[in-house]
Amino acid sequence: MSARDEILSSIRRSLRVTGAEGPRRAAVEARLTGAPRGVVPARGQLDAMERIGLFKKMAESAFASVAIVRGAREVPTEAARWLRDNNLPATLRKGEDKRLADMPWGETALEMAEGASDGRDLNAVSHAFAAVAESGTLIMTSGPENPSTLNFLPDNHIVVLSAAELEGDYESVFDRLRQKYGKGEMPRTVNMITGPSRSADIAQTMLLGAHGPRKLHIVIVDEA
Amino acid sequence: MSVHANPTTPHFKDNAHKALHDPQLQEAMGKLRVGFTAARQIAVSKLPEFEALRDSARDIKNHTLAHLDLYLEAYEKKVTASGGHVHFARTAEEARNVILDICAKRGAKTVTKGKSMISEEIALNDAMEKAGITPVETDLGEYIIQLRGEIPSHIIGPAVHLTKDQVEGDFRRVHTHLPKDRDLTEPTQLLTEARGILREKFLAADIGITGANFLVAETGTSIIVTNEGNGDLTQILPKCHIVVASLEKITPTLEDVSQLLRVLARSATGQEMSVYTTLSTGPRRPGDVDGPEEYHVVLLDNGRSSMIGTDFQHMLRCIRCGACMNHCPVYHAVGGHAYGWVYPGPMGAVLTPSLIGVEKGGQLPNASTFCGRCESVCPMRIPLPGMMRHWREREFERHLTPSAARYGLGLWAWVAKRPKLYRFGTRIVMHVMGYYARKTGKFFAMPFASGWTDWRDLPAPQGKTFQSEWKKRRGTK
Repeated sequence: MSARDEILSSIRRSLRVTGAEGPRRAAVEARLTGAPRGVVPARGQLDAMERIGLFKKMAESAFASVAIVRGAREVPTEAARWLRDNNLPATLRKGEDKRLADMPWGETALEMAEGASDGRDLNAVSHAFAAVAESGTLIMTSGPENPSTLNFLPDNHIVVLSAAELEGDYESVFDRLRQKYGKGEMPRTVNMITGPSRSADIAQTMLLGAHGPRKLHIVIVDEA
Repeated sequence: MSVHANPTTPHFKDNAHKALHDPQLQEAMGKLRVGFTAARQIAVSKLPEFEALRDSARDIKNHTLAHLDLYLEAYEKKVTASGGHVHFARTAEEARNVILDICAKRGAKTVTKGKSMISEEIALNDAMEKAGITPVETDLGEYIIQLRGEIPSHIIGPAVHLTKDQVEGDFRRVHTHLPKDRDLTEPTQLLTEARGILREKFLAADIGITGANFLVAETGTSIIVTNEGNGDLTQILPKCHIVVASLEKITPTLEDVSQLLRVLARSATGQEMSVYTTLSTGPRRPGDVDGPEEYHVVLLDNGRSSMIGTDFQHMLRCIRCGACMNHCPVYHAVGGHAYGWVYPGPMGAVLTPSLIGVEKGGQLPNASTFCGRCESVCPMRIPLPGMMRHWREREFERHLTPSAARYGLGLWAWVAKRPKLYRFGTRIVMHVMGYYARKTGKFFAMPFASGWTDWRDLPAPQGKTFQSEWKKRRGTK
């Protein structure tokens, strides 16, 4: 008997079932298709404006910085300002995301590069798929638009978030993923990111900038 | 031979003695006693739904375990449909062989690794080294203990037993290509040095191996939760990603995962959410510019399927947050290495005898004060003290308890079953002890009780027995 079959029989022996029982199959099928919600904290259930406030507060308490701009056109200027204020070089790598491509990067002095990172870039900008106010968490999806390597290899990461894509809780983001990719389907990688990289493995002292970005700057585009 | 293959668990008592007299360990553990517990308390107090989430989390795992065979089949189907491969492994050896086969097929020379307790359980690094492959642990704590040839002393903070100076010593000993006179006084200088060294390893690795916090049946997704981002660099840079996880990591849906995520980080480090929660589904897609070309999942049983339906099934709900050890007075006193194998603290005291046998692991469930703090903070409401009691019963039934303890318990039971004799006997002893200690109110030494009086005074009884007091007070009501 194969390892797989032996393990499944061992589980069934322990549970005293055959695996063919109708009600058990129905219960599993119902959960997988219905994906019922459990306890969703009241914290995130806010109107659009308050939600931005909560997101900012939670992201900042996780040591990210947050700026709010009134339109996508203002993003390059904000990115350039943040790099300058932090004494970082005026270079920035991004993916093929159309929303980023349409922004007026040429109006800044930033030297732009495009595509996945090979580990030599200091700064990158990505567009978030969505975000969660409850914990100040960004939701990033992989693909040529926003390569996953940009989320981890550069020292400093700027993430653009559209206020309309900011949800109160994780469950609403999962619904958004299902809408875009289909029920039960996922992009290759979904990164949920809450603040810059850190470690407390040396003498239980929390330090920022372990293996991922040392700094995370979030630019919320709020057209409302 | 490493501790993985040759547990020192049967020598828990000796290990504990040494630990109590190790000043560096005691210095490191001093921080842990306050840090984790305070952080958890603050995070919990900020979320009014926390207790309801614990119930929800427990119910999800109970439901999943009751339908584990079907969820495993559903999960396997989704992984395969997304272009990944699922390998079932009955034993640690089978899991190692599956992984070594994949390494051999790809001609892998170096393998980066995200933090994985299952990798420790199956002693993967030893096996890879024997096969001529270099495993590189990339979680900072795991990297440090790999340099020292140790096992993790904590399931989420593998190097919590070490001081900053010890880490500095290890880096100077191993990173010999760096200037000898470099300044490593600050922890951040050590972090920067490790970051630089590991960055090169990430970019050069042939294969990346991670564990999984959750495996989602709905989507065929594996999920890792980290703060450093090392697990992500491990899995997106090399051409091949191998996930090694045990069966009970299966979770039905993304909604179920969000329930577990809400209790995980708060219970572990007191964070609202860990920095990186990463959901991976299959290999690189058409058009992708990064990500692995091959995606494998190795599902380990190693005795878990037979724990279902027994007294120990509760243990399979564990999400490895470490709250039980962060709150355990025994763990605080002796640290994780005293437990002698991969899993320390209260969760280790229950799981270790299941995995390596009660003959070798039987001392661990005895190393408990039954104070109940572990159960009171466990996000999955696992009745840890109750299960330690079950192990003690089994140990006693199988005559594994030392003879002095067996005869002592037997004598006590004989007396306790005879109420008149018990009352008479205890009254005499109370009077005698009260008389001898009438001046100081305590004993500094006592025959047969040096294990207690060598270290602390024994308070003398105040004259009356509990039963006579009880009789008197109940009578007055």
